Amino acid sequence: MSSLIFDVQDVTLRFGGVVSLNNVTLHQGRGEILAIIGPNGAGKTSLFNSLTGVYAPQEGSIRFTNSQGKSMSVIGKKPFRVSAAGVARTFQASRMFSAMTTFENIKIGAESHRGLGVVGAMLKGPATRRDEHRSDKRTRELLEFVGLTAQANTIAASLSYGARRRLEIARGLATQPEVLLLDEPAAGTNPAEKIELAELIRRVRDEMGVSILLIEHDMKLVMSLAERLYVLNFGSVIAEGTPDEIRSNPVVIEAYLGSADTGVAEETK
Amino acid sequence: MKTFFQNPRVQRSGRTALILLLIIVMTGPEGSGTQPTAGFTGSFGNHMSFFGLFYPQRWVVFLLLTLIVVGLTSLVKMAHRWWIERQRAGNNAVARVAKTLAATKQRARHRSTRLSLYAVALAFALYFPHLVTDQSWQTLVVQDVLVYLLLALGLNVVTGFAGLLDLGYVAFYAIGAYTTAWVTGSLPTPPPFGVHWNTFVAIPVAIVFAMLCGVLLGIPTLRLRGDYLAIVTLGFGEIVYLFINNSYGITGGSTGTNQIPFLSFHLGPIKYLWGLIPEPYYYLTLAFVVIFLLAFSSLEHSRVGRSWVAIREDEVAAESLGIHPLKYKVMAFAIGAASAGFAGVVTASQTLFVTPPTFTISFSINILVLVIFGGMGSIFGVVLGGLVVQGFVAYLTHSPPSIYNAADLYMYLGALLVVMMIYRPAGLFPSRRRRREVSQVEAGTAPDTLQVEIGAHRVQEDV
Repeated sequence: MSSLIFDVQDVTLRFGGVVSLNNVTLHQGRGEILAIIGPNGAGKTSLFNSLTGVYAPQEGSIRFTNSQGKSMSVIGKKPFRVSAAGVARTFQASRMFSAMTTFENIKIGAESHRGLGVVGAMLKGPATRRDEHRSDKRTRELLEFVGLTAQANTIAASLSYGARRRLEIARGLATQPEVLLLDEPAAGTNPAEKIELAELIRRVRDEMGVSILLIEHDMKLVMSLAERLYVLNFGSVIAEGTPDEIRSNPVVIEAYLGSADTGVAEETK
Repeated sequence: MKTFFQNPRVQRSGRTALILLLIIVMTGPEGSGTQPTAGFTGSFGNHMSFFGLFYPQRWVVFLLLTLIVVGLTSLVKMAHRWWIERQRAGNNAVARVAKTLAATKQRARHRSTRLSLYAVALAFALYFPHLVTDQSWQTLVVQDVLVYLLLALGLNVVTGFAGLLDLGYVAFYAIGAYTTAWVTGSLPTPPPFGVHWNTFVAIPVAIVFAMLCGVLLGIPTLRLRGDYLAIVTLGFGEIVYLFINNSYGITGGSTGTNQIPFLSFHLGPIKYLWGLIPEPYYYLTLAFVVIFLLAFSSLEHSRVGRSWVAIREDEVAAESLGIHPLKYKVMAFAIGAASAGFAGVVTASQTLFVTPPTFTISFSINILVLVIFGGMGSIFGVVLGGLVVQGFVAYLTHSPPSIYNAADLYMYLGALLVVMMIYRPAGLFPSRRRRREVSQVEAGTAPDTLQVEIGAHRVQEDV
């Protein structure tokens, strides 16, 4: 591994007495497709929220290093600062701006890092126009990239689940991130859409050079896509390794299938 | 199967009837010591003129007015339905007209057609003082319509674009008006540098001052959401009102001041004085309404406008895309405050006096009514709503009907607002985006913001 994009050391996150993340240590290499799996309530989304500045863990450190080698501590930073540094994300329940069109949704991502420019916006000066033009161009490219060109003027609320996921990915990419955090991108999509999605995620990494951090419940998708996995259970990392290693890890199997006496089978491969 | 009372149309009509009844009781003559029930019985029994046609009891007039409104709206609806049925049936003549209409609509979207429509409206506005030469009317149009339009356009940025409910908007208007009085040396407080400045100097000072107050109020309070923000702004409005009402040594207290000079222009050989004649004020205010319109409509369709929409719809998602919510909210607040401050200068310099009773909470609500009535977030709607409502208010002020009691004005405005919320919750001419948002909320498909807020601070289901 050349360099680390995320370096998480001993992170503990508590909500009152509830320990949501317990001494989590993990790292992601630049350009890696990394997946985080685990049963419901294992702390996966909390980890994402900690990585993007929504939550501030009480202990430990999270460092994000960009391609210029500039490193910053994420803890205590607001989400918009983390986003500006190059971290984009999607949400578990997709959160588009539902009254806007697909095009507008992505355009907001494309222009969010520019300055405030209120006076320019009121006067509609040449600089503002140039800015608009650039954002429009980038938006069209991204629509093309995720295959939503035909739905550019559709209201986001009326898109299918699969299209919403792709829209969220495009919107995240519009902020020109170095790492994209995907929270259950395949939830609510059909098998055909899942295949397309996996292909899209791979293209994001290969063609745009964006590292991928992924939470997913669909084991088939995760195992085919991820290069390395972490398994979380009750807020702790219980295993780490390649898909093959994880598949045969007895600790993981127990966490997922339950031990013989509880006997609750939640997810299988 | 729904019962009769569960039918939404019946429910809506029932609510409207209740409001009507309430309005009839609450408005009209007041009771007195000798006849304590006169307020109540007079509300129903007193006779009043019905457009000079006949002279029925008061309740009959209200009933007739309601029936006229209901009749007109259902007539429009019926005509629309008839039209669509004919079109479906393949009526040739109807189809041809429909085609022409569609083409006209298409053309109306063209820039050139729109621009020429605006030009016609502007030409009418410019010609207006020659059409209505009565000076008391002209004064009313400036004070009750144009100034309110300035205020409504500013509040539309705060409430319509950024989605922040500001109930203390009048405070910035008061700050603008009192800054004018201060700068021109009409307050007990000595003016800046001891110079009685020209009123034009008051314009930038008032704008900057109001903006500053907006920013100072906004930075700590705009972290609050929804209802909490409304309460805090309400409190701010009251604080400003109480301050100007009680600080005799600073603001002149409850009597205010009546020493403010007219606007005047004196630059070398060019000299101009805006005097008692309302016409020059009309043009000045109109010019600023047009400037506000242009500036705010380009703001709406800019990056800033889109960021406001994003924050309004889903703040968490907006923040994850790198939008600094507080910065944009404060900016909306500052722009709204600056507009109100400017409107304050216009009012102060035209009426020549400022007194605290102008700046009460009901004034904020009045402006909010214009914004909601016209259609939040839609500049066209706000202008139209302002013209209709304030035009009507100006009419009532200028030639009040025999039984109209000026104290009842806010009752009528309030009733209008409630009925509006029942039948057209998005306003008369909402922006397309707002209409979608409102319909999504009604259909229950909007992102549940409350859930989101809780999720951001507490343990989510999937931790």
